[in-house]
Amino acid sequence: MTTTLTPRRSRPPAQPDSLRAKRLPGYAAPALAVLALLVSAGLVYGVDLGGPVLVVVLGALLYLAGLFAAANAVEGRRSARNRFWSALIHSALVLAVLPLASVVWTLFSKGTARLDGDFFGSSMNNIGARDANGGAYHAIVGTLEQVGIATAITVPLGVLCAIYIVEYGRGRFAFTIRFFVDVMTGIPSIVTGLFVLAFWVLIVSPWFNDGQPGFSGFAAALALSVLMLPTVVRSTEEMLRLVPAPLREGAYALGVPKWKTILRVVLPTALPGIVTGIMLSIARAAGETAPVLLVAGGGAAINFNPFENNQSSLALFVYQQAGEASKYSPARAWTAALTLVVLVLVLTVAAKLLARRNRLGR
Amino acid sequence: MGETPHRSAHAGTGGHAVTQGHERSAGASARVAEAPVSTRTPHDDDHGLGGGGGLPRARAFGAERAFRGVTLAAGVTVLVVIAAIAVFLVAKAVPALRANSANFWTFEGWFPNDDPPTFGIGALAFGTLLTALLALLVAVPVALGIALYLSHYAPRRLGTALGFVIDLLAAVPSVVFGLWGRDYLVGPVADLSAWLNQYFGWIPIFGDGPYGNSILLGSLVLAIMVLPIITSLSREVFLQTPTANEEAAIALGATRWEMLRTAVLPYGRPGIIAAVMLGLGRALGETIALALTLGSTYAISFNILANGGNSIAANIANRFAEANETGRGALIASGLVLFAITLVVNITARAIIYRRREFTESAA
Repeated sequence: MTTTLTPRRSRPPAQPDSLRAKRLPGYAAPALAVLALLVSAGLVYGVDLGGPVLVVVLGALLYLAGLFAAANAVEGRRSARNRFWSALIHSALVLAVLPLASVVWTLFSKGTARLDGDFFGSSMNNIGARDANGGAYHAIVGTLEQVGIATAITVPLGVLCAIYIVEYGRGRFAFTIRFFVDVMTGIPSIVTGLFVLAFWVLIVSPWFNDGQPGFSGFAAALALSVLMLPTVVRSTEEMLRLVPAPLREGAYALGVPKWKTILRVVLPTALPGIVTGIMLSIARAAGETAPVLLVAGGGAAINFNPFENNQSSLALFVYQQAGEASKYSPARAWTAALTLVVLVLVLTVAAKLLARRNRLGR
Repeated sequence: MGETPHRSAHAGTGGHAVTQGHERSAGASARVAEAPVSTRTPHDDDHGLGGGGGLPRARAFGAERAFRGVTLAAGVTVLVVIAAIAVFLVAKAVPALRANSANFWTFEGWFPNDDPPTFGIGALAFGTLLTALLALLVAVPVALGIALYLSHYAPRRLGTALGFVIDLLAAVPSVVFGLWGRDYLVGPVADLSAWLNQYFGWIPIFGDGPYGNSILLGSLVLAIMVLPIITSLSREVFLQTPTANEEAAIALGATRWEMLRTAVLPYGRPGIIAAVMLGLGRALGETIALALTLGSTYAISFNILANGGNSIAANIANRFAEANETGRGALIASGLVLFAITLVVNITARAIIYRRREFTESAA
């Protein structure tokens, strides 16, 4: 966005040299960098302070200081500050890219080890510590069912709530709801898990489960829907506000009742944006471990019924395999993590592409 | 019901009295078919079209009222859920807290399954706050740097592409970061710890080992995890700076850094605060990444290098499987404390954002 603002320093052809501000020559910065690295290497290995990592870090610090000093001497204080901060901002990028790239690289290099039919076709039932096979079929089933149920609960509730806030709500009450939706966004996932544990698993479900606490996939779906609700409400609300008022007014002018205007005119216009928000919230819910750990129980066998008995999920599978002592479990954990990330990223990318086609824009 | 009466009688006069005045007895069923005709006549608009009042009064008990009621119920559900979270957590926590024979706030340990049960939140709450604050200390400057780079330094194409990648990284589940931290970051962090202890051991926080699953490791994993979130939020805020402000700064001869400092950063301040607070909320509530990387001890220690550290959420994940009735209650009680902490953080953040309404949409 700054392409038009970039201060171009190309001088008019006839400008005499004496009128131009003094500038560091173009080779100054790279030369300083090399010099800083050399000095730092000499210092580190000379006094034996550490290894190559320290050389780079110390070199970067020396480079920053040297650049500031050189620019300060030649170009003046303001320009020196400018160069200093620019270098700092660029180094922040490098600093962050390293670990994030490492995460992605590890994920793909480790995750492809068990990427076979057995992994997607079998469960962990009767798999002992010495068995190299075993897979995540039960976990994938669990994730899909739990997220599906959670979506079925959350979407109508969230969209209707957003409609209330935008179209009907007036005054303090609507503001209160809006405020608490925002606050709800920040509730930790483990707390929603504890809530469903206290409310559903320990208090409600014993009534129809012979007095035993009923861990189930449905309980996990409830916890996930508490997590998804604020995201769905917020994104839907934002999209509804973007629908141009003339569309509504046109419908009213034709005598269409307000509810029909909302359902037939406002919602279809905002639909792509709403779907984007829903998909992003699904992606987040699919990656949640903590609530599933607390209320779904996490079995090793395939269980298609989300309303009875323990169920697992992909995220929970990763966590459980990470804690297992078997030498084969890390490979399973990483492959499950890769599967989970691919699932989440496909959802996210699809949502972003959909958002790009959204006529309302942002 | 009394919708059609004034159809022909009173163009331009106030409709309320007339509507109430006659044909009240006309049944809804009889009028439904006529409704489209009546609403098409222009003078039916005299009930006003502003906002929710755009409808003829006749529909008051029809689909309109029903739909409105349904949406209101959905809105109220949010309040009910928040209240229910508090109520049910308290209901399950109180019996365990009654049974606790140690001081819940100061006792350093977690033995709720024993008889008599003893457990305390102090060390856990301390660990939660310490890891979250350390994570933000590392992540925020870097995240703001990247956000500024993406919005004001990078070529436009590169900025958009990298921004997209950052958004994707923000969606990566935390368990993946936790697994990576436990399996791969642990080595470098142990080396770093040993180095820090050797040369900066005189600072109390860089104490002796053994090094491994330390608070430093947990905070670094948390920092890497919240980095994309804070970056993506603050980048959006920076991109919204009015071009006029930036151009005005440039036109006055400002260097690029001066432009950022005088135009972009002040404009984005509420958004930055909101992004940081949301990152803090994420870091406080993070469970699995910390459960995999912290050493799970119950002592308050400022030594961030040694094995140890714990957080409320990680403790819940670690101790849940073995918990009995009282154990569950104790974990729920600790969850209640976490809920209260995040609630305070969130409400503070929202209050800051709401004071500057124009940034609300972008920042939240």
